[in-house]
Amino acid sequence: MQAPVHHIIALTTIVRERTLPVAGKVLARLNQKVGPADVVAEAKWAREHVLLDVARILRISPNAADRLLKVKADDTIAASTEVAAGKGLFPRSVQAPREGRVVAAGAGQVLMETGETRLELHAGIPGTVVQIIAERGVIIQTAGALVQGVWGNGRIDTGILVNLAERPDIALTPGRIDMSLRGSILLGGPIKDSETLQAAAETAVRGLVISSLVPSLLPLAREMRFPIVVTDGFGILPMNSAAHKLLASNAKREATLNAEVFDRYSGARPEVIIPLPISQDPARPREMDTFAPGQQVRLRRPPSAGSIGTLTAIKPGLTLLPSGLRAPAAEIKLENGESIVAPLVNLEVVG
Amino acid sequence: MTSSMLEGESLLAVDIGATTTRAVLFDVVENEYRFVASGLAPSTAEAPIKDVSEGARNAIARLQEIMGRNLLDAKRELITPGQANGAGVDALIVTLSAGPTMKAVIVGLLADVSLASARRLAETIYTRIVETISLNDRRKPDQLIDALLRVKPDLIIVAGGTDGGASRSIQKILEPVGLASLLMPPDKRPTMLFAGNQKMESAIKSLVGSLEKFTHFSPNVRPSLETEDLDPAARELARIFVNVRKKQLKGVDALDLWSKRHILPTGYAVGRMMRFLSKVYGASKGILSVDVGASASMISAGFKGKSTLNVYPQFGLGENLPGLLNYTSLEDILRWSPLELSTGTLNDYLYQKSLYPSSIPATKEDQALSQAIARQALYLAMQTASRDFPRSASTLQAGLAPLFDPILAGGAILSDATRPGESLLLLLDALQPIGVTTIILDQNNLLPLLGAAAARNNLLPVQVLESGAFLSVGTVVAPVVSVNYGTIILRAKLMYENNTEARADVKYGSLETLPLPSGQTGKLTLQPEHGADVGFGPGRSGTIPVSGGALGVIFDGRGRPLNLPTDAVRRRELIKKWRWTLGGE
Repeated sequence: MQAPVHHIIALTTIVRERTLPVAGKVLARLNQKVGPADVVAEAKWAREHVLLDVARILRISPNAADRLLKVKADDTIAASTEVAAGKGLFPRSVQAPREGRVVAAGAGQVLMETGETRLELHAGIPGTVVQIIAERGVIIQTAGALVQGVWGNGRIDTGILVNLAERPDIALTPGRIDMSLRGSILLGGPIKDSETLQAAAETAVRGLVISSLVPSLLPLAREMRFPIVVTDGFGILPMNSAAHKLLASNAKREATLNAEVFDRYSGARPEVIIPLPISQDPARPREMDTFAPGQQVRLRRPPSAGSIGTLTAIKPGLTLLPSGLRAPAAEIKLENGESIVAPLVNLEVVG
Repeated sequence: MTSSMLEGESLLAVDIGATTTRAVLFDVVENEYRFVASGLAPSTAEAPIKDVSEGARNAIARLQEIMGRNLLDAKRELITPGQANGAGVDALIVTLSAGPTMKAVIVGLLADVSLASARRLAETIYTRIVETISLNDRRKPDQLIDALLRVKPDLIIVAGGTDGGASRSIQKILEPVGLASLLMPPDKRPTMLFAGNQKMESAIKSLVGSLEKFTHFSPNVRPSLETEDLDPAARELARIFVNVRKKQLKGVDALDLWSKRHILPTGYAVGRMMRFLSKVYGASKGILSVDVGASASMISAGFKGKSTLNVYPQFGLGENLPGLLNYTSLEDILRWSPLELSTGTLNDYLYQKSLYPSSIPATKEDQALSQAIARQALYLAMQTASRDFPRSASTLQAGLAPLFDPILAGGAILSDATRPGESLLLLLDALQPIGVTTIILDQNNLLPLLGAAAARNNLLPVQVLESGAFLSVGTVVAPVVSVNYGTIILRAKLMYENNTEARADVKYGSLETLPLPSGQTGKLTLQPEHGADVGFGPGRSGTIPVSGGALGVIFDGRGRPLNLPTDAVRRRELIKKWRWTLGGE
């Protein structure tokens, strides 16, 4: 049976596509070295639109209004610019209420986009631009340690990784966050309360890598200005030992948190990247595998959710589970020596 | 109907769900179509594979392993037509529910008329209505444009105006819709279905101008104020759904080619089957089909040829699970659990399961949570769908479900359940049927496939339905009455074919069963007490023929609507007792 792969890798080649949501201008060059905060592409984005019904305002037909228009599509106009003027002794005038760009003019109407903002696309990871995607963005390659998460709040930042979780199950609490951690990325276990998130915000940390988050904190976590990567799930779960070991061993190194929102269709996932020096490109991570004895696996659901173990045998046929369901299953030897049976659909290969 | 179908040859049906892809072979056995076998594989719409045809190939490969018959060639292409050596199949049909929920905007003139029809139309496929625009909308056109740009719809459904009726209002309302579409990047533009005033087609084409290729037309869903006809528009919407999915999901176009364009949305295929069944088996009662899946919960009902179809992604058991809490509370879900579990545990479960929709409960606690969630999701789906049931549908008491017979149930949580009694209790709790009804479990999830197959071969669904491919769980008798707990509300006598008999006294608040194995028939005499109504009228007795099933005849004396005890300990004890009565632990 095909096995999904959860990436927790000490050294690998990481290739990531970074694209704008709308067409724009790519600023980065091919083979350019970029840092996570570098702007690689930008686009102009209009937040609002204004529809001027010239024909109605001038009380004339749409065709007649078109003949009176003084602007055309793509014109950039200042506030109060006369868009059209009527005729007669006391002609009415139609003016642009705000500064903006004309996106369409015709049928007696003028549609403007206003409130234009510049949308900046950051590289997100340190690396080399290996491909330019015209008008959209870039593909960046780097090498280093990679830990995938299951939830992210959509932010990106870089900082020195500080380990506040001596054990994978030690909750991150406000008392553990002090001003000496300003500008750092904190590695912690579960977060159970809003005070911890607020303490992190007040300390101006660069990010959090935590094992789990109680669901009631999700709205607040989304509001945080720094990235949050959750490695294992929701509720109070310890960090899986593979991720904890790898992250703890990379403490005091610079880490990039790309807390991208998990999208199962595009494959976008939150992740922690720790760039490492290399002499030659390490292998790229495999995306799929086939379940086989000897593999390191992570359990997605109880019992032992989040635990890492070794797949020792795939059971023949269907196995009766304690839940009463029958499913293809495997025997897993957990790190504490205990052996359990888990359905294959609840497993993912670590690697 | 193709010539090969006329000759009665093989049909491969593939259902691509959010988590599982099934390949099912129907073939002629002893001059009749039969369900032969099925192969399952994980669906592959999501990353990293991102190609639904891979999951289909894997499921077909599994099927050929099971049957020892080659269906794919060395390049994993479908062998078609069937070969003399037994390899291949003559035809393929596909049903599809995988993929992200489509964001739909509905546009109509009046809330209770065209907008209601547009909403019903949208609910025939896997959509979430993200914006509603009507004549009563107070927003300015530019605000509507910005609202549409914010929600980035996949689909815009427009209804409004009786044929030859209002046109200027529709044009006015469509102007901002057209402008918003124009402002979107071409690859992100929504598809628009115009199902309103038929006299407006050329005016609409002229209004949308260059957007015409994104615009589809169907017969009016409201040809007059009094009439609603969703079927032709639903058919067009089903086609649009597949075309949108082609853009969203790799591999749909390959399957479209293989199947010679015989791909349907799974829900729509079920709706078609229900229309067909209500015509064939239509009686004074309605027929009901329910399905609880990862992508959606689905309710389809047929009433003397008239049918309803409601697909609710918000009540699906997969990636949308946390959204269930927008419609219900944790406490209301947990009321169904036989185990003492905390709301925190349930909340964590909902979010964790949404990360891994294909995962299954491995522990008793997880199974209890999974079953409780499915009950509440199906309960909500049924309550929501009931607003669309015709007012003329027979019932025993206002506010209760219409009379249905049979009720067909599908979806992995029901078909994979540990025992039929567990599925039955879930259905009784969530649907709360009244009177006498037969419960049939679609244990191989064939119903949508038969609905899709019906377009090519109308013989196949009938013959497969009658072949025993579905599991009859039993005949349920649910009296409607309100008395004190423990009062006898029904005395029943079941006369077997061998003239032996069994009796049951049903007390209010209890579940009882009388055995009647599958394949056997009997005569059931029902004598209600205290004015209870089982469909013969309050307090009236009657005798009906019944057919056997896995659990025989089941008497649900728990009252309608079902009110569970508020005391949690007593409630859990009762649930355990009911589970035990139906063969559970």
